[in-house]
Amino acid sequence: MDVVMLSRLQFATAAMFHFLFVPLTLGLSIMIAIMETRYVRTGDKIYLSMTKFWGKIFLINFGLGIVTGITLEFQFGTNWSRYSAFVGDIFGALLAIEASAAFFLESTLIGVWVFGWRKLSPKAHAAVMWLIAGASTLSAVWIIIANSWMQHPVGYILRNGRAELADFSAVVFQKFAFLQFFHTISAAYIVSAFFVMGVSAYHILRKQNVEFFSKSFKMALIFGLIFSLFIVIEGDFHGSDVSEKQPAKLAAMESLWETTRKAPVYLFAFPDEENEKNIIEIGAIPGLLSFLAYKDVNAEVKGLKDFPKDERPPVFITSMAFKSMVGLGLYFVLITIYGWFRRNRLSESRLYLKIMLFSVPLPYIATELGWVMAEVGRQPWIVYGIMKTSDAVSPIASSQVLVSLTAFILVYGLLGIAGFYLIIKNAKKNPVL
Amino acid sequence: MDLQGIWFFLWGFLWAVFFMTDGFDFGIGILYPFIGKTKLEKRLMINSIGPLWNGNEVWLITAGGVTFAAFPLAYSVMFSSLYSGLMLILFALILRGVAFEFRGKVDKKSWRNIWDICIFVGSLVPALLFGIIFANIFKGFPIDRAGVFQGSFFDLLNLYGLLGGLLFLLLFLFHGSLWLSIKTDGELHERAISTAVRIWPLLLISAVLFLGASWFYTKLYDNYLARPALFLDILLTVAALFASIFFIKRKNLFKAWFSSSIIIVGSVFFGIIGLYPNIIPSVISPDFSITAYNASSSPLTLKIMLVVVIIFIPAVIAYQAWAYNLFKGKVTEKDLSYDEAY
Repeated sequence: MDVVMLSRLQFATAAMFHFLFVPLTLGLSIMIAIMETRYVRTGDKIYLSMTKFWGKIFLINFGLGIVTGITLEFQFGTNWSRYSAFVGDIFGALLAIEASAAFFLESTLIGVWVFGWRKLSPKAHAAVMWLIAGASTLSAVWIIIANSWMQHPVGYILRNGRAELADFSAVVFQKFAFLQFFHTISAAYIVSAFFVMGVSAYHILRKQNVEFFSKSFKMALIFGLIFSLFIVIEGDFHGSDVSEKQPAKLAAMESLWETTRKAPVYLFAFPDEENEKNIIEIGAIPGLLSFLAYKDVNAEVKGLKDFPKDERPPVFITSMAFKSMVGLGLYFVLITIYGWFRRNRLSESRLYLKIMLFSVPLPYIATELGWVMAEVGRQPWIVYGIMKTSDAVSPIASSQVLVSLTAFILVYGLLGIAGFYLIIKNAKKNPVL
Repeated sequence: MDLQGIWFFLWGFLWAVFFMTDGFDFGIGILYPFIGKTKLEKRLMINSIGPLWNGNEVWLITAGGVTFAAFPLAYSVMFSSLYSGLMLILFALILRGVAFEFRGKVDKKSWRNIWDICIFVGSLVPALLFGIIFANIFKGFPIDRAGVFQGSFFDLLNLYGLLGGLLFLLLFLFHGSLWLSIKTDGELHERAISTAVRIWPLLLISAVLFLGASWFYTKLYDNYLARPALFLDILLTVAALFASIFFIKRKNLFKAWFSSSIIIVGSVFFGIIGLYPNIIPSVISPDFSITAYNASSSPLTLKIMLVVVIIFIPAVIAYQAWAYNLFKGKVTEKDLSYDEAY
């Protein structure tokens, strides 16, 4: 394999591993802040126990998220140095702002929160968790703005052989970034909600600390329901925006080869990229794609054949990732609506609880698939329309990358095992009441 | 001074603060298997940096981010040239960070042993490699016209690079043992002090060697000779070195630690001042050097980023100072009895 492919695999490994931990950090920090605030307001010790129980899991998860995030920033320089030199004026600035305005705050305060139980008043301690949650969210905002700029570059001018900043507010306030941020943050809340519901279901099924975990479950259920619904609506806007700004990605998402009016959505389609057609097409809903993309069933949607071959993203991965993500998203809506009607009879709904226990990995899978679709679907571009991934890589030997990629897989594999072992171990423990 | 010049020294400042803050974390991590004789002492050591190391490490992310934002070409050349070295540092930092978090979560000796090794290796590797890397930056890289590194990782392990590694190692060991002496009492406290006292002469020798070697291996002194007032940085650093041992003897450990902070910042600035305006000198030809001027971002980006750092860096320093103050005082056995302690 060449340096480009190896570096892509390495970045994908590092980013996807990192994103196993980020969503739970984003969601759980807010839930814990709510729990701790309730404790401060009501003085009810059960909320303190909830804070500490979920806090412990949060910290293991947070630690893994932080240490795996550093490698991403560094890899732009180590593996994608030509990209870095080309976009540093804009992309580098966004990362530096993220570090100084957000990441610093959350990293400094996490130590304060962990070790500060007896050094701060309960009110101040709860406020620290709100600040951590706020800083983590702000961190996500800047990272998403940076990624959105790769997806849809704006506010730049090509000068001195690179992309230079022309309009800062155009970069920061672009619609693509808003939509992608709300999509990502909702996904993170769904991951967290399903995590809390799953762990709570485990305990309720074993009839231990039922009150404690019913409270946690219900709180997460509200979170999960709201954001599962929200992400579907938001996803629709996001999809329309993608179809306008990245038409090749849209065609790949739906494996649409021919440019057509009344373009259909297939419930399932298996693309054959070699021969530019779908081998299997099941359940065509005519006009749905035209409608989803342009809000008009008769609208023309550009097919893959009308893009030069070297400007098409990998169709199989993009479309499979997209369809599975959407399928999972719809499942989250249904299962949380059902849960809403069962919320006061949780202990009796054993089957539902079991389903929720085994549903914990699903939102994780959905978010990872979402990133796969977004990033693979952007190919062959690293910055959509202006720089190809193959031109972005560092002048380094493939053997170097092969060694580091192997090390990443090994170290992350072991860390993943140790990390999830600890998370599960602590999730199974009884809370200290 | 122009925008690029301001950014050049800001860039140096961020790296210096990273070494000053995370430096004592590294030092304690390296001393950890040697000074921490018992299970209790080991825990006291890691809890002495427990609330702070995370925030300290972010100075690295910010220093890296600012290199990327202000000098994209320097970031691109530096990070790709140092591929293997940086990967080693990254893995070391990952293992160190995880080890702090994981170590106490399972009460088994074999489990703790794994993470103890990670704490030691995860502190030693960055300490040495950052020293080696920075000495090589001071010396210059074999980079060609296109900014491509003509060499391998092993070229970094030259005599001057290794002297830099040794100097950083000793700086951090000294810094760490002083921090530990502030945060502990009893036997561990005494051991930390005697370690600092024993490291001091080694640090002095290595600093003298490094200053001397810089004359032969680098062009750092050119700037000093052109403006002799700059020698103040070296004088101040050496004065801090002597002040530190003076304060140790007087049992004024916080002042000793503060002096050692000045030694670290002064040592980094010794190189930064000498480099200016180069960020990575080329040893192949000075024409190929990466400088603050040929590597910088556009004036617009530099201005926006200047506003950002003028607002946020003082804020960061303020809330980190608040956190340091919140956790001042010694770590005791009582602190370790709480559920959240490492």
